[in-house]
Order: sequence, then C-alpha cells, then structure tokens
Amino acid sequence: MSVDIEFLKSIPYFSGLDIAELEAIRQLVFERTAQRDEFILDEGEPGEVLYFVVSGAVKEFKTSAEGKEQILRIIRPGESFNDVPVFDGGPNVASATAIGPVVLYGISKTDIGIILNHHPRVAANVAKVLAERVRHLASLVEDLSFRNVIGRVAKLLLEYAENRTETERPRLTQQEMAAMVGTAREMVGRSIRVLEEKGAIRVDRHRIVLTDKEALRETAGELL
Amino acid sequence: MPEIIRELCNGCGLCVAVCSCKGLVLIDNVATVVETVECDYCTQCEAVCPTGAIRCPYEIVVGES
Ligand code: SF4
Ligand code: SF4
Repeated sequence: MSVDIEFLKSIPYFSGLDIAELEAIRQLVFERTAQRDEFILDEGEPGEVLYFVVSGAVKEFKTSAEGKEQILRIIRPGESFNDVPVFDGGPNVASATAIGPVVLYGISKTDIGIILNHHPRVAANVAKVLAERVRHLASLVEDLSFRNVIGRVAKLLLEYAENRTETERPRLTQQEMAAMVGTAREMVGRSIRVLEEKGAIRVDRHRIVLTDKEALRETAGELL
Repeated sequence: MPEIIRELCNGCGLCVAVCSCKGLVLIDNVATVVETVECDYCTQCEAVCPTGAIRCPYEIVVGES
C-alpha cells in the first residue's frame, strides 16, 4: 500500500504544508505493520524511527524494576510516538506494543533531520506536539509522586460500597473513577492493581469486591 | 460485556481492532456488542475509545476474599 498523502496532511506534524511539500515528505515515509502484543519499541534501545499510528492503537509504557507496567499513553490514529529519542539522539524512553493489529508510518531519524531542514513549518508543528506531550507527562508525574491517588481510589470505593442500597447497586467505570478522583484513567488502573495486590480488593470480571475494608481505610489514611 | 452509548460512537473501529475476543463489531458504522463468554473484561475497548462511547462499569460490593 502506498503512503496516503491525505493522511499525512491530517496529522499535526504536517499541518499547514502544501501538496508539493507533502509529496516530498511522502518519499521518506515507510509503512510498517504489527500484530497484537508485538513490541514496536523496547525501552533503552537506540531510538531510530519516529512512528505515526495510521490504524489501530499502540500502548506506550514503562516497566519498573519489579516488572510492573505503567501505561504512559495510548496512541491513536494520527498521533506520533518515539519523538523524544529521535530528536535528542538518546535511547527509547519507553516500550511500545500494538494493542491490536496496527498499521504505522515510520520516518528514520536521518530523514526527520532532512525534513526539518527543508520544511521549517514542521519544526513549529513539532514544538507544539512536544509541548503537549510534556504537559501530559507533567500531570502523570504529579499524580505518581505528589498526590495519593491510590488512597483516593480506596476512599472512593469505600464510599460507594457503603452508600449502596438494596435496590441500587453502584456501578463505575475506570474512566468515571478517574474523573471523580481527578486523575488519568491510567492511574486508576494502576491503583486497582496495587489494591488487589495488597489484598484489599478482588476484581472479579465486572465486579470489584472489597475484601478487606480495614486495609482500604488504612490506604485511604488521612483522607477519611 | 461492555456497554455502548450509540449516540457517542463515531464508527472509528478502534475498539473492534483491540478486542482479542471478537466481542465487538461495527454494524451500520456503530460499535455493537456480540455476546461472548470470551470477554474477560480487559477494558481495553473503553481505554482506546476516543469519544467515551464504551463503558466497562464495575459493580462495587463488599464481600469475602
Ligand atoms: S472488555 Fe476486552 S474482551 Fe471484552 S469486549 Fe472489551 S476489549 Fe473485548
Ligand atoms: S472506539 Fe468508540 S467511537 Fe470508535 S467504533 Fe468503538 S465505540 Fe465507536
């Protein structure tokens, strides 16, 4: 399949470029596909290629020394990943896997250099994309280090379970819990996993069973 | 199985692509649940949906471990 110029035109990196410029850039773009769960990037490896998701979705994550995964971002069609190492020459900052079958467009680090030299508008677009990325990461850092998100999720679960009546069973999605405690959905997923590992809750498909309310209260700590 | 809010669905098909159990299909450009016991409630479909059209709600109950 040849690289689709309409798609290139629609992505933030190349917005505002004319057809001749897009055509020149298209020559430098290659297509790559990946199957479900396939690794596209390994954290720590040299960052050689900038990728754009054309179809499907990609998960970008970091793994802790204990083997725990923290999702940083879900990358949807039109969005890019691996920008940072391609621009600063360092290693990949995170790993990336395909969530389902995906089609990607890639541009090598060398070719990105050529594009930036010839099309100054792309540099301005890149600044905007990276600024948004920094903003997103800054809020994740805040949640991971300064705000007791796990404690707030524990508190929310306790409040919900206690307020239920016989007829009304509270049901909440991870997205809703995130909005209620003022965090990103990725952080709620992590909090639920941590609480489950502590034995405070058990996730049984579509049910969160509070198995140790005392442990939950403790985690909620001074928030109660 | 997840719930779909049909009015919010833009037919992008991302949820169908990420579901490993074939629990979702597009019918008339709207995501539709196909009942299957294979759905393990991984909630990936909710996570990727760009418009909030998929909900994977949890019932919150008190119980034994
Ligand atoms: S929860 Fe997971 S398995 Fe179930 S329909 Fe959604 S993506 Fe498929
Ligand atoms: S991901 Fe969301 S918007 Fe896209 S098809 Fe599925 S339900 Fe509809």
